[in-house]
Amino acid sequence: MTATAVIQARGLTRQFGQLTAVDRLDLDVPPGQIYGFLGPNGSGKSTTIRMLCGLLTPTRGDAQVLGFDVIREPEQVKRRIGYMTQRFSLYGDLNPVENLQFMAEVQALPGSERRRRVDQLLERFHLADLRTQRAGTMSGGQRQRLALAAATLHQPSLLFLDEPTSAVDPKSRRDFWEFLFQLTETGTTILVSTHYMDEAERCHRLAIIERGVKVADGPPADLAAGIPYAVVEVMTGQGADARSLLQSRREIASVTQLGLRFRVLVDRSVTQPVELVRQVLAGEGVSGEVSLSAASLEDVFVAVTQKEQAGS
Amino acid sequence: MRIMAILRKELRQLSRDRLTGGMIVGMPLLQLILFGYAINTDVRDLRTGVVDMSGTQLSRQVTADLAVSQVMDLVMQAETPEQLTAALRRGEISLGVFLPRDFDRRVIQRDRPAGQILVDGTDPTITSVANQLRQFPIRFDSQARPGGSAGPAASFEVRTYFNPERRSAVNVVPGLLGTILTMTMVMFTAVAIVREKERGNMELLITTPISRGELMVGKILPYILIGLVQVALILAVARWVFQVPFVGSLLDIYLAAMLFILANLTLGLMISTFVGTQFQAMQLAFFVFLPSILLSGFMFPFDGMPRLAQWIAEILPLTHFLRLVRGVMLRGAELSELGPDLLALAVFAAVTLTLAILRFSKRLD
Repeated sequence: MTATAVIQARGLTRQFGQLTAVDRLDLDVPPGQIYGFLGPNGSGKSTTIRMLCGLLTPTRGDAQVLGFDVIREPEQVKRRIGYMTQRFSLYGDLNPVENLQFMAEVQALPGSERRRRVDQLLERFHLADLRTQRAGTMSGGQRQRLALAAATLHQPSLLFLDEPTSAVDPKSRRDFWEFLFQLTETGTTILVSTHYMDEAERCHRLAIIERGVKVADGPPADLAAGIPYAVVEVMTGQGADARSLLQSRREIASVTQLGLRFRVLVDRSVTQPVELVRQVLAGEGVSGEVSLSAASLEDVFVAVTQKEQAGS
Repeated sequence: MRIMAILRKELRQLSRDRLTGGMIVGMPLLQLILFGYAINTDVRDLRTGVVDMSGTQLSRQVTADLAVSQVMDLVMQAETPEQLTAALRRGEISLGVFLPRDFDRRVIQRDRPAGQILVDGTDPTITSVANQLRQFPIRFDSQARPGGSAGPAASFEVRTYFNPERRSAVNVVPGLLGTILTMTMVMFTAVAIVREKERGNMELLITTPISRGELMVGKILPYILIGLVQVALILAVARWVFQVPFVGSLLDIYLAAMLFILANLTLGLMISTFVGTQFQAMQLAFFVFLPSILLSGFMFPFDGMPRLAQWIAEILPLTHFLRLVRGVMLRGAELSELGPDLLALAVFAAVTLTLAILRFSKRLD
């Protein structure tokens, strides 16, 4: 896979003074897929994307993007990628047509093609009715579609999207992901960062980043199957008691509350995880329904970040 | 106490903004020391040319006396009065002294002015000084009084060139053209880059194939046009409201103004690459603006300032533009006669634009 990787990074590191924002990151992104970067705010997702776009110089390590070295040939990289910044970065005092026209000229699209391409994008991203509305007065979802249109204007084969849906309602997020899948059908590779689990779940492949370190990497389903814990779900009305009881056990890595339910991560070394949980609760007179559950991505996230914290 | 909370927060934020912090101390000190030394309302060392047509001992004596006076700095010995007026028009001298062939006789008989002082009337302070020179003592007078006549002492006739009616609007308005342009043009581009940084546009823009030069030149061009519109407005008011005469060619005035606008825009652009916020950009723009007004010759005559202040003034675009616009507009000089000032503006624009391009990075680190 590495031979055809669109992005290949080895030991990519970036420090800001004392802070190591990205720490020895290895990355192989295969073509034509949506590759997700999942991690909390400040985990180094944006810094990584900026290094891969040729905007930030890595402190150590190197990266090839579309076959070009991001340190020595950043302009070659910039020419070939589309980038959607975390913050809306088109012009709020221009309307969609003016914004896209401007970007088309900056991207040096041939004059004859410009108008056609802008019209096409306005249609495709449902912005045709907003032609004359200034971007500053548009909704979050509309602005985000406009930004995606601008990023894909010159038909780059690789797109970087930095938390594209952070200021957008759920419906718009769903629509947005439809656009992303349409883009992959035409062969575009997409690297998207997010802190939403449901979005991460939709990626072909996923890297989980925690405090600058990649703690997991693989297709979401594989990641879920691969965690070293069994997931036990507990339904109980005595939440506070149940939580403290379960957390006191060494075999139990974490307890996460979801309303009346608890998701409990039990170490794989325990052969009967459901029995263990039942016994722990019954021993102190806490009643509840206990059952085995399949690991979700949320569980994966808890599991890998748990391990990271235990290790540090 | 909520007021104290605000107060502490403001001070804390100020202490984090290093440029502003430096400005709080540096701006008053630097400007005070600079202008305290540089600004001198006593007019002196005015560049002066002399034509001595009589060549007698007396005329040489008077020329020598003029040369050691504080007011004049004898920089030119001309052969003919025409050379003197030409030098005046080119701005090489501010004063001209003309001693006629019968200078000795005029001094003795005192029936007519002994000589003439020609004054560049485009600068009001020079005009007022020249009037005091009318009674410049001619030493011959006090030593011997042949004929013993008790008439008035020998005197000079003062002729004001280029603004014979001595209207202050004629002096001030061309200078205002340059001052107003400095104020608006530097500001336009000083905020041009930081504004896009602050609004977040820059991160996207530098991830496109656009080159640094394209971005910088593209930022300048529209404001040249805006500057020329301002020039047209100011010139119209100068002509129709203040009745300032346009002696030289209008095209020359526009050409000089365009070069001056360009120099201010590139200066602003360079400032923009040094600052992080629009507020800092405006502070730095003002930092340029004050010396421009005080040292360029707009408020005080250039000749009387100490060397250091003159050197600083020679860097400022307004100094050169003032010479150009007063020369063309009021004295009818041609641009070809004012080459050094045109060159200075062109070099200034080229250097600041190059610095701006070199300092601008298409990276975030």
